[in-house]
Amino acid sequence: MLFDDEPLAGENLPILPGHDSPGRFERVLRAGQFAVTAEIAPPDSADPQEVYARAALFDGYVDAINATDGSGANCHMSSVGMCALLTRRGYSMIMQISCRDKNRIAMQGDVLGASAMGVSNILCLTGDGVQSGDHPEAKPVFDMDCMTSLQMLKGMRDQGQFLSGRKISSPPQVFLGAAANPFAPPFDYRPLRLAKKVAAGAQFVQTQYCFDIPMLKDYMAKVRDMGLHKQVFILPGVGPLASAKSAEWIRNNVAGVHIPDAIIKRLSGAEDQQQEGVNICIDMINEIREIEGVSGVHIMAYRQEQRIAEIVEKTQVLGARTPWHPNR
Amino acid sequence: MRRVRHWSVNNARWLRWVYLGLESCLVMVHPLLRRLGYQRLDAGFARVEKLIKGFLFDSQSCGQCTLGETGMACPMNCPKTLRNGPCGGVRSNGHCEIDPGMLCVWVASWQGSQRIGAPESTIQVIQPPVDVRLKGSSAWLRAVRKRLGVD
Repeated sequence: MLFDDEPLAGENLPILPGHDSPGRFERVLRAGQFAVTAEIAPPDSADPQEVYARAALFDGYVDAINATDGSGANCHMSSVGMCALLTRRGYSMIMQISCRDKNRIAMQGDVLGASAMGVSNILCLTGDGVQSGDHPEAKPVFDMDCMTSLQMLKGMRDQGQFLSGRKISSPPQVFLGAAANPFAPPFDYRPLRLAKKVAAGAQFVQTQYCFDIPMLKDYMAKVRDMGLHKQVFILPGVGPLASAKSAEWIRNNVAGVHIPDAIIKRLSGAEDQQQEGVNICIDMINEIREIEGVSGVHIMAYRQEQRIAEIVEKTQVLGARTPWHPNR
Repeated sequence: MRRVRHWSVNNARWLRWVYLGLESCLVMVHPLLRRLGYQRLDAGFARVEKLIKGFLFDSQSCGQCTLGETGMACPMNCPKTLRNGPCGGVRSNGHCEIDPGMLCVWVASWQGSQRIGAPESTIQVIQPPVDVRLKGSSAWLRAVRKRLGVD
């Protein structure tokens, strides 16, 4: 999708009135389009070509790419590094910042650096505990939490000052995001938690994997009752499961992912389980897009990134729109 | 002492009244406290607080107490020391992702908060990030000065 005032392919746009960032992602959402975001797996490598190759899989299918920050508490290329490489090519990035590895000094520095590189979207996360990753002996930081980091970044942008009150000469113009998990206890507090994140500064949220539509509908009904869907863009998370066995493993080992028995049964009964995983993802998206208050979907296709094109094409969620990508 | 901690959350409503009452009493004797010197009193108060709050809430003595706003559950018992609500990793049985034997501090906090009511003035208040310099100091004396708006 091209905007009339796009100066150069991939470069940031002028900031429209009522917008906070020069990015295409905010433009798409505020224009009322159904947005698609995807998560890129950072390589365990210092080779930029690996990053470019992974991003190219999404060309034309996503509005923004999430660069994860040590997801699962495993060591990978940093989100700042990924964003540095990909913004240079014009990709619309959502830089994730986890509170696990950095204190307030490092976080604020990264935000300024990222914004200078052209990152227009930043997603604040608590982060998984170090115990779930490959360095369980590491010292967890958690100087901030997702709520206070949202507030801190909002202060940097809107008040033009660091948490200390010191002035920032050119504030970071970023669209602020948060994560939400409607599928973990305490369930009746989760909508209130979203309200708290909105109060702290969240402008869009991406949720944990959704495999349970009734549960999401229940959550969204409460969100609508509170009027939150008018204050924040909500992108439920979806993704293809590779097999019944891997679904079982995820359910038992990945914190906060809820997979109902029916999904595992459907996978194990299929001849081609990997294809069935993609089919389930497509079905989920088709149901999610019908829910009032949903602004898009966030596709997390870990190790199956090449299937995103198929998912987006089969669901037709982008309509006639083709998001900007390099080398068109 | 997780059993005592759970008892405190189950009795959050009246415990919070006691807590607020204590704060009001301390506010009333502020002139006396000031004459004696807050700084001089701090270590003694901190020791008493550690005993009482440590027993009742497994308080970690961060020196900037949120108990009244977090359903009488000490958020510093969260392995991620989250002070503004549960992370997304809470297990389906309500237990902690990192410490499977422990009920999530925020599941407990939400239970206590529901007993107290008025979420907008309790659990929905955005708690500022921890000031690590205050660890081990008296949170009660700090609350008094904060309520009176004095240093």
